[in-house]
Amino acid sequence: MSTEAIAVAPVKKAEPLFSKKNRKLMTNPLDIDNPITVQVLGVCSALAVTTQMKPAMVMAIALTVVTASSNVIISLIRNTIPSRIRIIVQLGIVSLWVIMVDQLLKAYVYDVWKQLSVFVGLIITNCIVMGRLEAFAMGNKPGPSMLDGLGNGFGYGMILLIIGFFRELLGGGSIFGFKVFEAMGVHYQGNGLMLLPAGACILVGIIIWVQRSINGYRETH
Amino acid sequence: MKFLRNQLDKVKHQFEKGGKLEKYFYAYEAMETFLFAPNTTNGQKGAQIRDAIDLKRLMMTVIVAMLPCLVFGIWNVGHQHFMAIGQAGATMGDKFLIGAIQVIPIVIVSYGVGLGIEFVFAILRKHPVNEGFLVTGMLIPLVMPPDIPLWQVAVATAFAVIIGKEAFGGTGMNVVNIALTARAFLYFAYPTDISGSVWTYLGDAQAVAGYSGATPLSIGAESVTTGESVVTALNSFGAGWNEGVFTLSNLFMGIRPGSIGETSTLMCLIGAAILIATGTGSWKIIFSVFGGAYAMGLLLNLIGGNAFMEMPAHYHLVIGGLAFGAVFMATDPVTASQTESGKWVYGILIGVFTVLIRVFNPAYPEGIMLAILLMNVFAPLIDYFVISANKKRRLQRATV
Repeated sequence: MSTEAIAVAPVKKAEPLFSKKNRKLMTNPLDIDNPITVQVLGVCSALAVTTQMKPAMVMAIALTVVTASSNVIISLIRNTIPSRIRIIVQLGIVSLWVIMVDQLLKAYVYDVWKQLSVFVGLIITNCIVMGRLEAFAMGNKPGPSMLDGLGNGFGYGMILLIIGFFRELLGGGSIFGFKVFEAMGVHYQGNGLMLLPAGACILVGIIIWVQRSINGYRETH
Repeated sequence: MKFLRNQLDKVKHQFEKGGKLEKYFYAYEAMETFLFAPNTTNGQKGAQIRDAIDLKRLMMTVIVAMLPCLVFGIWNVGHQHFMAIGQAGATMGDKFLIGAIQVIPIVIVSYGVGLGIEFVFAILRKHPVNEGFLVTGMLIPLVMPPDIPLWQVAVATAFAVIIGKEAFGGTGMNVVNIALTARAFLYFAYPTDISGSVWTYLGDAQAVAGYSGATPLSIGAESVTTGESVVTALNSFGAGWNEGVFTLSNLFMGIRPGSIGETSTLMCLIGAAILIATGTGSWKIIFSVFGGAYAMGLLLNLIGGNAFMEMPAHYHLVIGGLAFGAVFMATDPVTASQTESGKWVYGILIGVFTVLIRVFNPAYPEGIMLAILLMNVFAPLIDYFVISANKKRRLQRATV
């Protein structure tokens, strides 16, 4: 018997779900590991669904649900998935959740579902979902995987809501459909640039600028 | 002068290191160098350049070159105003007065907002205030319609300076032309105030019977559907209230509605002469923009197809803002191509794209703004290819 074999048997203590390390999984995506502003994933939907806050919020919730639940399922079966076909298995699981979310939205918030159009279906190909499955769920337990999915969903949703807030406020003068400036008795001329995808792109840039000047994050090459 | 100098010296110690207002040193320095020529020069050793021309003098040359456009523009705003309300007999003074009332506030707002932001960033980033905005602040009013709301000028200037310039690192680091960024911002954010029939300042007065706010470019775009010859339509335009406003000679002179400074091809050419004579602007770029537009116009004439495509090619050079864009916007040394052969490619493509956008894209009647912005983005790529070609050529010659 070699000495190596003995060294490889440390007794693992069960880690509590909300240990310090696991809480980091939730908080990191909000700031220094944000899916949109740092990982630069899921930008296409961030530009497409944020003209108003309501669809932005629904989209954020939908993505959070899909990411967290597919993370859990993939994590549960991670040891049985043959690695050569893992992408298609992941896609299958993700589409299962996306279809369920899609049907739920269609049933309960039909007008928002119409506004989101193809973008709910496109969550299947959303880089954040696939990215988390590949990078995290395939190698971690279900508990942390769920937290990781939730955290990334929140990080995505947070940016979506910030973009949506400024686009709806500056573009149409309202928040969640409530005409703010009219209520204050001020005439507001909507800024058409904010309603274009280019406006969202500029806002993402400004958010990245502000975020990095606050937390001092620099890309390492 | 003596008094100013004394006042500046009196407060100087507060701004120097250790002083109470140390943080605002660069704001103080900007005021001082604005009022007095700095007395610091290069040492006798080291730098090889002994010419006294610095960024500030370079910028002032461009402003001098823009003055003909500005003065003519002020007169023209007034002239078009009186023509449109049916008072063709107004005096020169009246025209200048009306024009000045419209134009000067735009200039003040543009400079005020832009320099204000420059000062804030200079203090935050602890660097001297750059002179880059001197030209931009004058270019912005010249490409605005005469009755643009002042708050829009302020918002556009702020957007252009912060997003177009400071986000990229300040003067000399911007990718696209800042004045055009301001205009493009307004064009997409508040399209109703910068397109359509906004090119004549009417004020509260009633427009004369038969008045129309059409421009040569919109007449051209319409000719695609009506099939009427553009030249005939231009020559007959304005009958009854502003006879012959769109004849070829008038278009060249620039006595027509339009953005404040861009109407007159003649004044732009005077500016071009100043820029070229002083070596400030690249004659290659100016020449190749005109050349590219003319060549593309000729090509469209040969193809034919609709009335706008059949419009004589030289008309493309005098309508819209092509001349102004070619002389003052495309030559911006920061955003243009840096290599000498790259400048030809850059300029020709601007001209070609301008005509293409004008003729084939009815959503954007004027193409020079978008063409220059597009080529600004591609300028580094052009330079890259020029430099790699040069490298290849020299490697072949090498005998190692």
